Amino acid sequence: MVFQDHKRSVNKVCFHTIEPHILLSGSQDGTMKCFDLRKKEASSTFYSLSESVRDVKFSPHHYFLFAAVQENGNVQIWDMRRTDRYEKQFTAHTGPVFTCDWHPEERRWLATGGRDKTIKIWDLSMKPMVEHCIQTIASVARIKWRPQQKFHIASCSLVIDFTINVWDIRRPFVPLAAFNEHKDVSTGFAWHHEPHIILSTSKDSTLYLHVFKDAIRPADHANPIGLDISCYGDISYAASNKIVRNGRSSFKGESYSSTKLPVFFRKHPSASDQFRSAVSSIFVFKNDGDKFLSMTWFIESARRYILSGRSFAELCEHNASVASDLQRPHVAQTWRILKLLYNAVPNLGAEHSWGVPSVGSISEMLKGIERDEAFDNSQEGSKSSRHNSGNTFKNRHQSGSKQSSRHVSGGTGNGVATTDRPDTSGATDNSTDSEESDNDKTITNIASGLGNTQGDFFFGDGETDQLMGFQCTLSQAPTIDSAQDWNLPGEAFQPRHPIKDCSPPPELDNAPSSPTSFDEDYIETKSMVGINGEVYDYTKLLMTPEVPSSPAWVFNDVIVDMLHYFAAQGDVQMCVSVLLVLGERFKGFVDETTQEQWFHSYIEILSCFQLWNVANKVISLSTISSISSLNQQSTTIHTLCGNCRRQMTRIGWFCDRCKIMPTQCSVCHQAVRGLYAWCQGCAHGGHLQHIQEWLQYHPWCPTGCGHLCEYT
Amino acid sequence: MLSSRTLSSYFKTQALFAETFLQNNRLDHVTQLMGYHPQYLDPFLRTQNYILKGDGPLPFDYRHYIAIMASARHRCTYLVKLQIQEFLRQEGNKEWLNGLHQVPQKLRDLDELNKILAHQPWLFNKSHIEKLTKGKDNWSLSEVIHAIILLAHFHCLSTFVFGCGINPEIDLNEGHTFQHVTVPCNTQAINDCDSTQVDDVGVELLMLKMKTISEQHEESTQEERLMCFQKEQNQSAELISGFDNMSLPKSDVQRYTSDPDFSYQDFARHREASEITTFRIQDYSWEDHGFSLLNRLYNDAGTFLDEKFKIAYDMTYHRMGSKNNVDTSTFRRAIWNYIQCLYGIRHDDYNYKEVNELLEKNLKTNIKTLCCYPERTTKSDYDNVMREFRHSEKVHVNIMMLEARMQAELLYALRAIMRYMT
Repeated sequence: MVFQDHKRSVNKVCFHTIEPHILLSGSQDGTMKCFDLRKKEASSTFYSLSESVRDVKFSPHHYFLFAAVQENGNVQIWDMRRTDRYEKQFTAHTGPVFTCDWHPEERRWLATGGRDKTIKIWDLSMKPMVEHCIQTIASVARIKWRPQQKFHIASCSLVIDFTINVWDIRRPFVPLAAFNEHKDVSTGFAWHHEPHIILSTSKDSTLYLHVFKDAIRPADHANPIGLDISCYGDISYAASNKIVRNGRSSFKGESYSSTKLPVFFRKHPSASDQFRSAVSSIFVFKNDGDKFLSMTWFIESARRYILSGRSFAELCEHNASVASDLQRPHVAQTWRILKLLYNAVPNLGAEHSWGVPSVGSISEMLKGIERDEAFDNSQEGSKSSRHNSGNTFKNRHQSGSKQSSRHVSGGTGNGVATTDRPDTSGATDNSTDSEESDNDKTITNIASGLGNTQGDFFFGDGETDQLMGFQCTLSQAPTIDSAQDWNLPGEAFQPRHPIKDCSPPPELDNAPSSPTSFDEDYIETKSMVGINGEVYDYTKLLMTPEVPSSPAWVFNDVIVDMLHYFAAQGDVQMCVSVLLVLGERFKGFVDETTQEQWFHSYIEILSCFQLWNVANKVISLSTISSISSLNQQSTTIHTLCGNCRRQMTRIGWFCDRCKIMPTQCSVCHQAVRGLYAWCQGCAHGGHLQHIQEWLQYHPWCPTGCGHLCEYT
Repeated sequence: MLSSRTLSSYFKTQALFAETFLQNNRLDHVTQLMGYHPQYLDPFLRTQNYILKGDGPLPFDYRHYIAIMASARHRCTYLVKLQIQEFLRQEGNKEWLNGLHQVPQKLRDLDELNKILAHQPWLFNKSHIEKLTKGKDNWSLSEVIHAIILLAHFHCLSTFVFGCGINPEIDLNEGHTFQHVTVPCNTQAINDCDSTQVDDVGVELLMLKMKTISEQHEESTQEERLMCFQKEQNQSAELISGFDNMSLPKSDVQRYTSDPDFSYQDFARHREASEITTFRIQDYSWEDHGFSLLNRLYNDAGTFLDEKFKIAYDMTYHRMGSKNNVDTSTFRRAIWNYIQCLYGIRHDDYNYKEVNELLEKNLKTNIKTLCCYPERTTKSDYDNVMREFRHSEKVHVNIMMLEARMQAELLYALRAIMRYMT
């Protein structure tokens, strides 16, 4: 008997599971035809509306249902009684679906395999959902459930892979069993009625009858091993006990200490589970301060570098001292050179054009400028010292909790120092701050110097600092001014170390502090005049001879080379920090894409070490728009409707569910889209401006609820 | 009046043109001509961009040099010159342009592959791959795949260039502005006057034949079908004969190739002479096998090509000449299968009698010349075939030639690679 009904080749035929004379065919021409073997021609035709039908399969559980899979990735479920339209259709794979199979026992399950190298198990009871997904190494040509084994499915592939794999769908990564006798692609296979025998054909013109116990168990040959390296250089490594026992795991390198972690959990395989269970041990190799692998310098400098908010020279000087603190003289020197190069030119020019009027007035001006920053500076200053040591870190917590007592103890501390031995107080300050930045040291010196009203002391010390070059002097002048502004907290802060160390006596807290600090203020203001006078002389002396010989050296290219050098060394931190500190001075010399790369990698490394604050600072300081907008993306905060407690996703001030505007202004009865001021007593509120106006004239809440609102 | 559909395709073309111009700094004539079919142009440009400029195993100068080699095989000066520009833009070594003897051995090894793929792809077997992948500075398998795609792409693009008679770009030699314009700017107007001038007998006859074919159900056995296929091949072998290859003028682009006399030989004759068998599409089809292998070795390229093939095969406007609402699928299928038949690829669910009925002799000659000896095409060839059809439809047929041929070349190549791998 020959049926000739399809226009193009037939891809698959399938007999009905119960009726022996019903045959279904799926063809390349996109139709499926149902034949009754007792008749001569097709009894019904189903149009799939796609280019070709790759596989058809009758459902073993339902008399009329069958599944058809298509070249365009769709799966259709048809009812034989209805030829015009499918019951259900869903997209199962990207690219053609080659095969499908109903589960013999589980009614809900349909398995499909396709060119996208996956086998998917669908739950059809409701909306089709992927229950399991198996990734194979090649396009799946045929699949078939293993009889009497609920979770086993066999597959063969279209190209490259010749084996027939049997998968446990609960263990989708390694096949449970594999038959690889074939020498070419296997074209088809069938299970015997019992689950232990499988018959397969192949393009190598052979037919094999496999017995399940001959199958290769790939899981037996796979050794579960996991390895990872943390950003701190620690290595953790998990391996199957089999390997560990055979060859004792050893690790070359002295700087690593190994610990074996206890096994946290062990899955006990049930008797029916044929899968091999593997017991592994986890080892952690801790990096014990190998200089080359340790990243402490990175973290420390990321925390302590100051990138903005002070004058250029200060930033450079500070960062240089941070670097030299961390035993990185190379980097420190770079910062200093930068300071030299960039600070010299503009300042000199400015100074020169003014013809050195009176530095007093300049410093007045600068003071005005600096005053704006003074508050920031004082914060910066305390922040920088906060990171100095673990000890200070602890202190900060305490002082943070009782801010007032910090001032008190500082004041008295200084008072003690001055009354006892003025000279040694300076010495102790210096010694305790030895690990601190030079800049801080200068400041401390100013502070102590001022405290002792010994201006000479400061300059004597300052000069050693300024051997670098005269141009520091001008920048030093603002330092003094700013120090003038913020030396009180600074001063109050510094001598805290000795006090903390020797556990401050209780009466310190009660000690009257205000008179002392007033005194100090007085002294400072007096001494400042003297200092300014000194500065004047000093700058004048050094300034005049040097100005004409100012070198017209174009060094930007050298800086570019230097940045590239650091980038090549893997120190993007340096690149980014230098770029940020230079800012406008160095615009357009490094092309934007390179800069972007540096920023991106620096931010990435920072987030590796969970230095979110630093990363965020870098992001916001960046002038490249794609970087600076990084922290403005993908953070959406939805407003919540006060009535139904739902997020208002569509519009922020109108609830789609309740059809009300939850943020109504109680004065003008319009929706509030910006700042919303509300009374914490009666919970009424509205536009900030309206509430403000209202409460100027009325003591009550604008809604009339009777609450006496208060606006502060 | 433009219908909304033509209007939307007009805007799509415009957008694609703008994009091309931005990417290539020029809007080359190939793209302009394909602008007739924006639906196809889109995947075409994406594929071309991907294989030339996207991620891939080969360095950029290599890619363009391979493109030069491939185009030179068909003496397509137009493409060679464009690719030389691109090659130099990628800072390719100028000395390589002096000819094959100047290039690294690695590239020179590819010449053999180029020759076979262009003219007789059925000779391609795994020993060629072996030769490339073994030895000093060898090719990796994904590099080979990339090179093969580039070669096939430019072989077939040469077919298109010759088939549509594309003029050199303005900035190239002989490409001055005041030349006879083959690509009219106002396609609509030309189409209109085209269809009114000629009578539609040819189209009507063709439609009638298509109708009868789709209605009749011929009972034929496998043997009969095989006979038809072979008959078709033998017939096509007789189409062009006695053409002397040497009569073509020597061209300077030949320095990028070797063995210039190697050319297409009719598959039918080959089969008699040797043991090379017909390629059955059922054994190795693009959708099943080719794609799977390609995507494995050169990721995403398979997806791009798959989309392009699919659109080239399925694209229709339900129009033929001046007639609308025509189901052109039989005609398109006949062209597609005829082209692959020239390369000895057989679709065994296809009745090759249809080819004979639907494609008249001069169309077949034209297709054969273009696929096998594109360099011999003349303007009269273009004018004389498919007289009743619009320009856009002729371009459509040329696109189909490009794609069917490319698929044939790739199928042979990929089959060889699969055999090599297993």
